[in-house]
Amino acid sequence: MAKSAKKISFGKAKSKKPAARKPAGKKPAKAAKKQAHATTYDASTLKQVTAGVGRWRAGTLAKSVEKMPTRKKAFLNDSGIPLPDVFTQADRRGERYEELGLPGEFPFTRGTQPTMYRSRLWTMRQFAGFGGPADTNQRFKYLISHGMTGLSTAFDMPALMGYDADHPMSRGEVGKEGVAISTLKDFEILFDGIKLDEVTTSMTINASAIVALCMYIAVGEKQGVPMHKLGGTIQNDMLKEFIAQKEWIVGPRPAVRIVTDMIEFCARHMPKWNPVSISGYHIREAGATAVQELAFTIADGIGYVEEGVKRGMNVDDFAPRLSFFWDVHNDFFEEVAKFRAARRMWAKIMRDRFGASDPRSMMLRTHAQTAGVSLTAQQPYNNVARVALQALAAVLGGTQSLHTNSLDETYALPTEDAVTIALRTQQIIAHESGVDRVVDPLAGSYYLEHLTDEMERRAFDYIRRIDEMGGIIRAVEEGYPQKEIGESAYRFQREVEEGDRLIVGVNAFKSDFDDRNIELLKIDEKVAHEQVERLEQVKASRDQAAVTAALAKVEAACRDEALNLMPPVLEAVKAYATLGEVSDVFRKVWGQYREGGVF
Amino acid sequence: MADRKLRILVAKPGLDGHDRGAKIIARALRDAGMEVIYTGLHQTPEMIVSAAVQEDVDAIGMSIMSGAHMTLFPAVLALLKGQKADDIKVFGGGIIPDDDIPKLKEQGVSAIFTPGSSTQDIVKWIQEHIPARA
Repeated sequence: MAKSAKKISFGKAKSKKPAARKPAGKKPAKAAKKQAHATTYDASTLKQVTAGVGRWRAGTLAKSVEKMPTRKKAFLNDSGIPLPDVFTQADRRGERYEELGLPGEFPFTRGTQPTMYRSRLWTMRQFAGFGGPADTNQRFKYLISHGMTGLSTAFDMPALMGYDADHPMSRGEVGKEGVAISTLKDFEILFDGIKLDEVTTSMTINASAIVALCMYIAVGEKQGVPMHKLGGTIQNDMLKEFIAQKEWIVGPRPAVRIVTDMIEFCARHMPKWNPVSISGYHIREAGATAVQELAFTIADGIGYVEEGVKRGMNVDDFAPRLSFFWDVHNDFFEEVAKFRAARRMWAKIMRDRFGASDPRSMMLRTHAQTAGVSLTAQQPYNNVARVALQALAAVLGGTQSLHTNSLDETYALPTEDAVTIALRTQQIIAHESGVDRVVDPLAGSYYLEHLTDEMERRAFDYIRRIDEMGGIIRAVEEGYPQKEIGESAYRFQREVEEGDRLIVGVNAFKSDFDDRNIELLKIDEKVAHEQVERLEQVKASRDQAAVTAALAKVEAACRDEALNLMPPVLEAVKAYATLGEVSDVFRKVWGQYREGGVF
Repeated sequence: MADRKLRILVAKPGLDGHDRGAKIIARALRDAGMEVIYTGLHQTPEMIVSAAVQEDVDAIGMSIMSGAHMTLFPAVLALLKGQKADDIKVFGGGIIPDDDIPKLKEQGVSAIFTPGSSTQDIVKWIQEHIPARA
């Protein structure tokens, strides 16, 4: 693998800028220039391999196919990228060392940390939340006692949409898909006995994220933990809500303004907090391909950075705390490649598009979750195998934290036993498989590197189109990503129904005996009554004048873009204003968002 | 009225935003020659019934993933009855445990399609069970 001769073409070399612009920027310009032209495989190797491949195709391969035809005419990966029978050095003609680099260095293709899992394993973070806050508090304590290293909170639909437990829209939904939260009192119960400076907490909440973060800060204060010591992540990615998950209160522009307020507040006061987790997960779950997940998620990230910069913030003051969240589906190599392509894309974008100079701004840190959408209701125990493969891909892709789904999640929230198997799956990968021992172990695979490049190229094509439309907010308003995802989802379903795509237990290898007789977690309707009761108690005992005054300040801040919404919302939740009351202020000022019924 | 195309309201009740299934079904029914109206997300039972009556549909298909099916199906059925529109058939799909299916059918839901049902199963069922209303 010597340095190449200059004659070799480098394909579509993107960055023609001398490497001296790199953050490290310390290398002498001459060495940097030489490096920019280094390709992995030298001319004589390539010549030899090209001749060999030609001979092999005409001879060995052709003869074999004649006797034993391939199972399909053409092989594509799940994003539709065509795949040849075999990859060789000849397919990596333009591969340049600087596109790969080394772990912990620009462009971070090979990982954000120089040591990766040799120093610290990924955080095993199982998402939990159901019933009332006391139920979830117990599940947290159970998971911590079984070796989980970070908390992750799921909220119920009413909380996610900004409604209290007693709102008519909350009928039948309280505590069903996550923990029910209406006031600070519920948060106090949720984190009871858990010292907030000893854990990191992830909260999956978006439209009402500002309320949840303020409640978390308030619980910390009550425990004597100041906000600058709180560590964790709040999902708070509204753009992907409009694109895919569809939990909203107000429209895209005011929603993004609230997100940007939180980014700004955290940059000043919460150095250990990730104020947004830019999420591909839901985009993928809604039916996007891996390439679309990559493209729309990075485009969302660009959107938030643009808003921050527009506000006059220095990009290096907030970008280091932006984090990401990927889905991990079944197509193993594509998933590994996606993580690597994402890191490289983000590094280039932050350096070249936004002029970041702090390497931490360019470093894409990520959480990952195995693909819920890939689980099957049929033969549910097969899901354990799917989850294990997906989790392995996330680890080989270099994730910083991981949630593994439970085998019963197509039916309901997971039971304790099912969650334990999912957590054990991660522990087996970490401690038994040996994949933790070398950083970025799949690098250099012709196939993987090809996919990494190809996914990056295709995702940048999408981003260019979005830029031409006037940016991601505009594109979302026009429904562009939504339509692209809808097309992919429909295509996937047709492939399954036409038998072009086999799913074990669903359209192939069906059993007469379909073991659906698994134990399921049921949420008692009692939860809703208890929640409403507690809400009424809180409302009866709080200082109503203080609540009214605090909500008026929230409204004033909504109407004045120069003000940040975090301080007044914090004051309101501390006065025990409810999540629904704060959300009502947003609705009053900006109007309830509704999406048309387009399909 | 045999020539009249079947009119189906595909509805997404409740707060859950998982609309991949609802949209796929809507497209598949349209591709099968039916007239499809999709409500969009976050509909209350009242909104769904009022849309169904206004659009004069033959059936309502509801997609529910959030676990609120035991609340939302009965609410829609009761409202239809109240408006004397209970000749509009109600079917549905989503994450609905086997144990709940007989209970829903008892209350008047015509069919429930669980994960793994193909869009063609649903098309076929509608063609066989939903007569176009006069």
